[in-house]
Amino acid sequence: MTSTPLRWRIIVSSLLAVAAVYFLIPVYWLVLAATKDTTGLFGSNGFWLADPHPIRYLRMVLSYDNGIYLRWIANSLLYAGVGALAATLLSSAAGYALAKFRFPGRETVFNIVLAGVLIPATALALPLYLLFNKVGLTNSYAAVLIPSMVSPFGVYLCRIYATAAVPDGLLEAARIDGAGELAIFRRIVLRVMTPALVTVFLFQFVGIWNNFFLPLVMLSDQKLYPVTLGLTSWHGYTDRAPILYQLTVGGALLSVIPLMILMVVLQRHWRTGLTQGSLKD
Amino acid sequence: MRRHRNLAVLALLGPFCLLFAGCFLAPIGYAIYQSLLKVERSGPLGLGGDKSVFAGFANYSAALRDSEFTGSVLRVLLFGVVQVPLMIVLSVVLALLLESASARWVPFFRSAFFLPHGVPGVIASILWGFLYVPGISPIVRLLDGAGLQVDFLSSGTVLWSIANIVTWQFAGYNMLIVISQLKAVPIELYEAARIDGTNAWQLARYLKLPMARPAIVLTTVFSIIGTLQLFSEPLVLRPLTVAINDTYTPNLNAYTQAFVNNSYNLAAAEAVLLALVACLLSFGFLRLVGRQGDE
Repeated sequence: MTSTPLRWRIIVSSLLAVAAVYFLIPVYWLVLAATKDTTGLFGSNGFWLADPHPIRYLRMVLSYDNGIYLRWIANSLLYAGVGALAATLLSSAAGYALAKFRFPGRETVFNIVLAGVLIPATALALPLYLLFNKVGLTNSYAAVLIPSMVSPFGVYLCRIYATAAVPDGLLEAARIDGAGELAIFRRIVLRVMTPALVTVFLFQFVGIWNNFFLPLVMLSDQKLYPVTLGLTSWHGYTDRAPILYQLTVGGALLSVIPLMILMVVLQRHWRTGLTQGSLKD
Repeated sequence: MRRHRNLAVLALLGPFCLLFAGCFLAPIGYAIYQSLLKVERSGPLGLGGDKSVFAGFANYSAALRDSEFTGSVLRVLLFGVVQVPLMIVLSVVLALLLESASARWVPFFRSAFFLPHGVPGVIASILWGFLYVPGISPIVRLLDGAGLQVDFLSSGTVLWSIANIVTWQFAGYNMLIVISQLKAVPIELYEAARIDGTNAWQLARYLKLPMARPAIVLTTVFSIIGTLQLFSEPLVLRPLTVAINDTYTPNLNAYTQAFVNNSYNLAAAEAVLLALVACLLSFGFLRLVGRQGDE
């Protein structure tokens, strides 16, 4: 490691510090704002403390309207957790089949799935609502869960990963030992593909957690809302009920803390295999 | 044995394909079908009930003649032409800075830049909305104190205020993808360059930047698709300013047509047009960079 001139180190560090201020200032504001009530929000300096009561105000968030906020959080966890888990399993099975089996139409299937990556999700949500409406599926957990289980990008990643990481010799050996195809998938392939599965799960989890358009279109019952939709509904009523200003701010802080921790702790997995496919082309 | 394998493929691939058909292919087909219909009301004053009849491309020509819709498409295109390059350049510069030998506290900075991606788009918009509104915003107050009267929500500035929200959310994420690409470069390449006496600037410009190309292409395509879908940011900011109407972006327009005006057929045509533009732009971009890569 050659040492770099001090001048360069200072310039690089200053640039990085300026960027850090830009990315962190809204978070800093949010943390302080959550300790204030509506009067404090409007009346005090946003970059400084003023009569902080974080616990009391966060309790108000949790108890408002019979604790609807906690229900929204639970819904978000359900949508994102179950949806991402199902999407990961389905993607890994499909990606493995597309990578390791030869069958007619394989490339056609893969190309159609790949085109699915480029279709804007919001362009699908509207016709999907009309379809679900026909079969009476709208305004239910299934209306958000079912579309969340499909991840064309996950299939793409899993195929690339399986092609590179699952050795044919291992599969052949297992077949000679008399193992069934599904048993091979369950016991061997899933294990080898774990790094890719973590990446797909994270992608899908965050994608569903952040999704807003689909639940907005599908759901009308507040009790089914994910937290994004719930907070937006509070935000929309602030004109009529000023207390909702402070509840929106507190609720926003509570909802982003777990995901921010998740993102930072699991940063490593956002890399694995993400661009391996494009590297090979 | 062959049959056995085919059954396995069916079992592995079948469930995904079924859901993919239901949640991707069927909605596209249904949107195209709906976009070719129109609702005709019969009886006196249109009270005799509704009936869907074939309308050809009437909805498409209506959408294309609607200046609100074409205006919204042009607006997001303008947004994309400015915001996407700016954000990608910022992401690449941050990645190169973090990967340079002069950087310190790399894990801290990387986390700080990536953190905003953990904030959902609507929450980010609510958050920045508070930072834009005079009265709450400490930023407006600071600028005011410095003698600068800035209105982040005027008709001239609000599009760029939205661009800021999107950049804030996605720059760190794109940076991470570029970094992962740079990490995949064999270490011997760097060693060789260093022995040749390459300085940090040359290393970044002639070795790392070309190496990061696939990641830059990937993030650009996803950013283009994301731009066309702009929805939650203008929806959340709309109550705060008169500069945003309910047809501000194509998605907001389609949503308004479907759920406010109950014109599902027109909304379907707009959704199809939007998907077409997205595909054209991303394929066009991929072809463009593909051709440059061959040279």
